[in-house]
This record gives sequence, structure tokens and C-alpha cells, in this order.
Amino acid sequence: MKQKFNIIKSTCVPLPLENVDTDQIIPARFLKATTRDEKFFGDNLFCDWRYNADGTPNQNFVLNDPTYSGCILVAGKNFGNGSSREHAAWAIAGYGFRVVISSFFADIHRNNELNNFVLPVTVSEDFLAELFASIKANPATEVEVNVPAQTVTNLATGRSEHFDLNGYKKYCLMNGLDDIDFLLESKSKIEAWEKANA
Amino acid sequence: MNTLFDKIWDKHVVQIVEDGPTQLYIDRLYCHEVTTPQAFDGMRERGIKPLRPQQIVCMPDHNTPTHDQDKPIEDPVSKKQVDTLAANAAEFGLTHYGMLDKRNGIIHVVGPERGLSLPGMTIVCGDSHTSTHGAMGAVAFGIGTSEVEMVMASQCILQQKPKSMRISVEGKLAKGVTAKDVALYIMSKMSTSGATGYFVEYAGSVVRDLSMEGRLTLCNLSIEMGARGGFVAPDEKTFEYIKGREHAPKGAEWDKAVEYWKTLRSGDDAVFDREIVYKAEDITPMVTYGTNPGMGMGIESSIPALASVPESGQASFLRSLNYMSFAPGEQLLGKKVDYVFCGSCTNGRIEDFRAFASIAAGRKKAPGVVCWLVPGSWMVKEQIESEGLDKILEEAGFEIRQPGCSACLAMNDDKIPAGKLSVSTSNRNFEGRQGPGARTVLASPLTAAAAAVTGVVTDPRTLM
Repeated sequence: MKQKFNIIKSTCVPLPLENVDTDQIIPARFLKATTRDEKFFGDNLFCDWRYNADGTPNQNFVLNDPTYSGCILVAGKNFGNGSSREHAAWAIAGYGFRVVISSFFADIHRNNELNNFVLPVTVSEDFLAELFASIKANPATEVEVNVPAQTVTNLATGRSEHFDLNGYKKYCLMNGLDDIDFLLESKSKIEAWEKANA
Repeated sequence: MNTLFDKIWDKHVVQIVEDGPTQLYIDRLYCHEVTTPQAFDGMRERGIKPLRPQQIVCMPDHNTPTHDQDKPIEDPVSKKQVDTLAANAAEFGLTHYGMLDKRNGIIHVVGPERGLSLPGMTIVCGDSHTSTHGAMGAVAFGIGTSEVEMVMASQCILQQKPKSMRISVEGKLAKGVTAKDVALYIMSKMSTSGATGYFVEYAGSVVRDLSMEGRLTLCNLSIEMGARGGFVAPDEKTFEYIKGREHAPKGAEWDKAVEYWKTLRSGDDAVFDREIVYKAEDITPMVTYGTNPGMGMGIESSIPALASVPESGQASFLRSLNYMSFAPGEQLLGKKVDYVFCGSCTNGRIEDFRAFASIAAGRKKAPGVVCWLVPGSWMVKEQIESEGLDKILEEAGFEIRQPGCSACLAMNDDKIPAGKLSVSTSNRNFEGRQGPGARTVLASPLTAAAAAVTGVVTDPRTLM
């Protein structure tokens, strides 16, 4: 769960669809679990696209295509819209992805990824289109995500972009710390606020 | 600058973390059974208790069956999740409205109707439709399970302050056009990501004229255009709605509260990051034709041609129509309907059942259509009965079920079978949302009722 980030270099799994909602990432019927079992959620990532109705793997879906592998998922615009279910982030982490690259993320899902030590990297439309093309031309295309420098590089073309990540979150990701650790230390500030607003 | 959103948000800032997010104080946390078990586990692992247990209210809604709630839940996995919430609430000393409690229902219906969601509050829940509570004049938004744990632990959350947007709808809605149609219209213009990064204030004469139920419907759907939340500035209608409800302030406290609530409006000089104005006259009853709520159109319109869709979106567009078994250029009017669902946190309030009954009165349910009418709470169910709507609906061949989220996301037994077409008053038409393979057309309660009595997609204005 808590992992430290530095520089990640990996091949990619491409999912060139727009508006992939969290109901597709993990359908509602898997939300009945009462534990955070990453393997369970990872095994059911994109379940209704990944498996046929009879439970056999859908050979047309990218996760079942041995051509593509790696710990970076590359997805179309507006990834993770819809339901706030954090189970979607657990499924992505549980499958083994550490980075998701898209040109646009839905707000809640973006936070959920960060809270589960999966890094959402927002790139320009052009960068994304070029990356999809690079992966299509050569599935062995690697991407380097440098967290300290906040850069993402398509190693096939050499194209590099800066990505946004605030200093606080960067520190947390590089040191494997979560927000609750931080909040628990702010109790005196919380009580001061309550007193002032009573 | 000087927007109502700024006023409420800024008042709740505990600190701004250097080169980081804002630590925001949360007045109310709602917990349902689906997105909280892992948060409670986290609390146990850390060995901590909720900082302000009295500000947390729990109730099951997603898994609850809509019949025979007095009997044990048949699905053992659903039962375990519902039981887990009850056990966690007891262990951590939190208020819990269990399944047969007359205060139970869908959390976003119960909060406002019990006076738990009030103007000026910050409200969160592990559920994207938490934006609903914005209708009370509150800053309300959905969060993930880790964030639920944060709020339990510290009554605070770390968030980047969203940008502000004002969407005004001006004019007067035509007959047969409801709050749901306004929301679906806005989404069809904004797309599912058009408001991502923003908090939306709804304004204009149409919004002022909406009932509280209508405003709850409108705010509920804010997330479907990507917004963190949406709200309506409180006014006399809001105060009137709240007065006398179970948890509303009473006596001198009430007067003091109203005095403060009256200050909760954007200044005349308020500057929004984005302003959009829509005209009521452009809005007709709406239906969706695709697999996200932004894929909507006027009920008399035709599905767009492929050429009108930007190239990068064409693969998703075709995939969507293929799933729905619809073709570009087609109309939905006259399509055979298998299921009708009226309910959910979007349209499960008394006004929605009044609307449904107004079409059903003196007519009969079409043969072959399966119809689920699911009140949003026990309180709504009691209102339906006290107004005699149940009699009108029963005579027309409909049955009122017990409250819960039901077929909106099919976590209980209410699943639309694969391939069947459902006209639903809920909030999402995603692939498989109402059951694997289910095909969903989102619409208002009037349009849902028109489909239920005719058996096909029908313009409700022809039955009014």
C-alpha cells in the first residue's frame, strides 16, 4: 500500500478510450467487500471488459493481450469520472499499476489514486496522442516518470513534459506518508478552529 | 472572489499547508455501508477513535432490499456489509439509522429531510452524490474511503480549493419540464468533464423558482459534469423547508441561525472563474441515448451523427451506441421499454412521486413493463401514503416498494436484466450500472411515468 516514489521506467498498457468511469474500472457488485484486499480488487479490474459473460478472458481486451505489459496505464481523456468509489483505485493498485497517464482526470478519482500511492500524471492532449501512437507502433515503448523532477518522458520519441504535483503531496509520495499521519498531528489547530467558531 | 462558495469554504479553513492543500473543517460526515468498512478498519489499525463522533451519522442504503426489510437480507455478502456498518457504528459510538428505523433511507434524501444538512455547513460522504446537500446552501462533496478515514480521525480533510463557477438558468420552465430536465440539459452542454475542478453555484430565476426537492435533484447531478459539488444560496424557501425538522435549530437558536443564513449569498461584486447562462425556453423534456449522463438530448431530437463527434471521442461514441443498440441519427421516441425505475437520491422524493402519479392517474401500467417505484426514505413513503398517491398508483397497476438505492446501481436484488431497456429517474447510464448488460435511458419522473403507461419512450407532454 504505502510505497515510496522516485523514478519509474516501464512499458505501458494503452486504453485509448475517453470518459472511462469508475463503474467500468470496478463494477458495483464488487463493492460489497468489507476489506481492502488489493488482490481481490486487482483481479476484478475492468471486469466487464476483461471477461466474457461466461467468465473466460475477453481476448480483445488489452489486459488479456500479452503484447502489452508494465506498471503504467495510459488512458484517454476524463479518466475515472462518476462514482467516488475508492475501490477503483484499489483495483488499479492491486493489478500492479503505479502510474496512470491521461490528459484529464476526474477530481475524486485523482485524489483516490494519490491516497493509494498510484500516481496520476496529467499530460497534454498532444503528448497523449503521440504516446498512444508510439505504443501502437512499438509495444516495447518505455515511459520514464521522474517524481523528484516532475517530468514524464516518452522514451521512444524523447518528448518530455512537466506534470503538476504540489510540494506537500510530492514529499508524501517520496517518503511513503499519508494524509492521516499529517492530520493527526494538527489536533491543536483543529481545536483552535472549533473554539473560534463555536 | 466574494462568492458564497468562498465565504463557506474560507470560514472552514483550519490551515493552508505550505505548497499543498487546504485543511478544511467538516461539519457533517455521513457514512453508508459501502464506502466505510475499510475506513473503520484503518481507524482500528491506527488505534484511534473518531475525533467528533456526534457529527457523524451512519445508515445503510445501497444494499437494502426494497421488499421484506423485516426479514434478514438474503444475499449473505450484502447482509455482512449492512451488519458491519451497524457493528462499526456501535463500536465507535456513532448515530446509526438501521434498516427498519423510520429515519432510514437513502443518505442524501434523509440528511436534508431530518434537518441534518443545514445552510453554511461543510458536508462530506464517501459517495459522489453528496453534492445533493448543496441544495440546502451547504458546501457538500463526495470523497473516497481514505478521506472518510481522515474525517473520522480529525473532522478535517485535505483538499485543493476548487475554482468557482456560476450556472444561471433564466426564464420560466415550460409545462412538462422539470429540475431533472434542467440538469440533463446542462450536462448535455457541459459534457461529463466540463465542470471538473469547479464548485458550481446554481442561480437565476429558474433555480429560484424550483422547489427544495427540485433543487436537491439539480445539485445531486453536479458530479455528472465533473463538478466537485453544486449548491443553491439559501432563501426563504430553504428556511421554510428546514423549520421544524428533527435536527433543525429551535427557538432562539433558530432565529440566530436564520440571521446568519441570510448572509449566505454571493456578493453583487462576486467574481467567478467561469459564468454560464442558459435559457429556460431552450429546455424540453430530456432523455439520454448513450452510456454517460452527458449524452443527452431533447426527447424529440435525434441521436447525433458520427461526423458531429470530435475524432478523439468517436471510438467511445460508437462503443456507447453499440452497447445501447442505438444508431446515430435515430430518435428514441417510440422505442419499446422493458423496465421503468422511479427512485434514487436524484428523484426519490415526494415531488417525484406526485409527478409520476399525475401521469399514472386514470391510466394503466402498460402490459409487459416491469416498474419499480422506490421511495428515497421511509418519510417519503409515509408522505406518499398520507397524500393518497399510493391508492392512485395501485389503481393504475403500480406498487410502492420499500426505500433504498435500489436499481440505481443494482447492489441489491433490483437488477435490470442484460439487454433490457430501462427508463430510469436515477443518475447514471454507465455500462452495467443497473445490472450487467442493462441499457439505461435517464429521464424525469414525468417521462418515466409516460413510458410506464405506454410501454414505449413517450413525450410526457402528450399525456398532460
